[in-house]
Amino acid sequence: MIEFDLEKEGVRGLNSRLQALAPDTNERKWSVLNPMGAHAIAVGLTQPITVEVQGHAGFYCGGMNQHAEVIVNGHAGPGVAENMMSGIVRVKGNASQSAGATGNGGLLIIEGDASSRCGISMKGIDIVVGGSVGHMSAFMAQRGNLVVCGDAGEALGDSIYEARLYVRGKVQDLGTDCIEKEVKPEHLEDLARLLERAQIKADPKSFRRYGSARKLYNFNVDHADAY
Amino acid sequence: MCGIVGLYIKNPKLQGKLGAMFTPMLIEMTSRGPDSAGVAIYRDQVKKGHLKLTLAADSDDFDWKNIDSGLEKALKCDVKTQTVANHCIMVTDAEEADARQWLKANAPKVRVVSAGKTIEIFKEVGLPAAVADRFSLRSAHGTHAIGHTRMATESAVTTAGSHPFSTGDDVCLVHNGSLSNHNRLRENLKKKGIEFLTQNDTEVAAGYFTDKLRDGASLKEALQAGLKDLDGFYTFCIGTADGFAVVRDPFACKHAVLAETDDWVAMATEYRAIAHLPGADKAKIWEPAPETIYTWGNA
Repeated sequence: MIEFDLEKEGVRGLNSRLQALAPDTNERKWSVLNPMGAHAIAVGLTQPITVEVQGHAGFYCGGMNQHAEVIVNGHAGPGVAENMMSGIVRVKGNASQSAGATGNGGLLIIEGDASSRCGISMKGIDIVVGGSVGHMSAFMAQRGNLVVCGDAGEALGDSIYEARLYVRGKVQDLGTDCIEKEVKPEHLEDLARLLERAQIKADPKSFRRYGSARKLYNFNVDHADAY
Repeated sequence: MCGIVGLYIKNPKLQGKLGAMFTPMLIEMTSRGPDSAGVAIYRDQVKKGHLKLTLAADSDDFDWKNIDSGLEKALKCDVKTQTVANHCIMVTDAEEADARQWLKANAPKVRVVSAGKTIEIFKEVGLPAAVADRFSLRSAHGTHAIGHTRMATESAVTTAGSHPFSTGDDVCLVHNGSLSNHNRLRENLKKKGIEFLTQNDTEVAAGYFTDKLRDGASLKEALQAGLKDLDGFYTFCIGTADGFAVVRDPFACKHAVLAETDDWVAMATEYRAIAHLPGADKAKIWEPAPETIYTWGNA
């Protein structure tokens, strides 16, 4: 484990070192000390390394990640794992708003709660939240899975495209064009696989599924008056 | 943009360290607000029948002695002044309305920045570190403080347009966000006798709460009404004589984080402003929910 003191060497020092690693690097395990809520910790990584952040992270931690595993042993600020392409980002505590925003791939695990707009405009990322998510989560979500073991706030899945949403607890209300859908065997398989990868214990059968009613996909001439 | 910070001391033993704990919070928010900074400090409650005013002039060499003696003579009252850079803390046994009226007539360039029994407000254009030095914030003692670093988006960078804005006796407000219906609200409030010094949107929110408090609402009731009447984006941190409050608009897109230990409660736009506080790593940390009023002490 390579220890990196963020207070001494700064975020640029960390990211430039991690981003410069070659595919065959032996420096595969990193521990980031004294994060002190700094922004953009361990962003833009491209190699299959593991980076553990020992404390609370600020904004955009693990953003644009490819192949790496980023573990936050604390809470994460807004936009954790934003636009992730692949790899894993795990937050042991809670995450602030817009967790996993626009993510294309990979797995984001938030063991605690995520606040508003979790999975906003997600494009293929899988997100598993051990606790609850705030309002407007999965807004305009296009692809991927959002699994919420707790409750979901107001307007879940507003203007959703083809992402799949699974919620175990209460949904305060559904956003425009988001409806409850039948949970088929293939969905139970997906859920079981995601929960196992996230190492979160929950019965796939206890979740309800939500997705797009696909009513916003095409212009409806009956609504012409509304414009 | 803009950064807001608040620190409420729960353990009286730490009151002497308020400034030392709070100043780095303010300075950490420099990148969110390099235009101006301001802080409200709650300390040294005045005796019954006395009033504490924070006054501000345009320059450091303003002659406060003239104000002191002039006011004493005119109102036959007791006045004590203490100069802090271009600000002055005035303690008097005069009636607030009389003192304000005399100042308006005899020292029209002096701004009344705050009024009450414990509040003192210091604000100035410039980087937060410079503002902190100018008003010796690091050595300040007190029970709680709230502060603001401003990146101006909708009105001029001036001292008068800097936060905190006073909203009645011992109450003040800092704001991260922008209001969209402030012009209409300002006109309506002017009709009710509320005065405004700037074109600033936050001053309108302050005026709105002042009006509600004057009408007899509790702070909580005033904030509840604000959730309905104030249109726009906001995270507010509000200081009162012996407490503070935090509230966010229904969309809650202006960042905010709260942290609490047995010794203190802290609020900030970003966690990094709180990270250095003793025990922050073990504190209970959470994001305030939308449309929810959080209060500590008597807020």
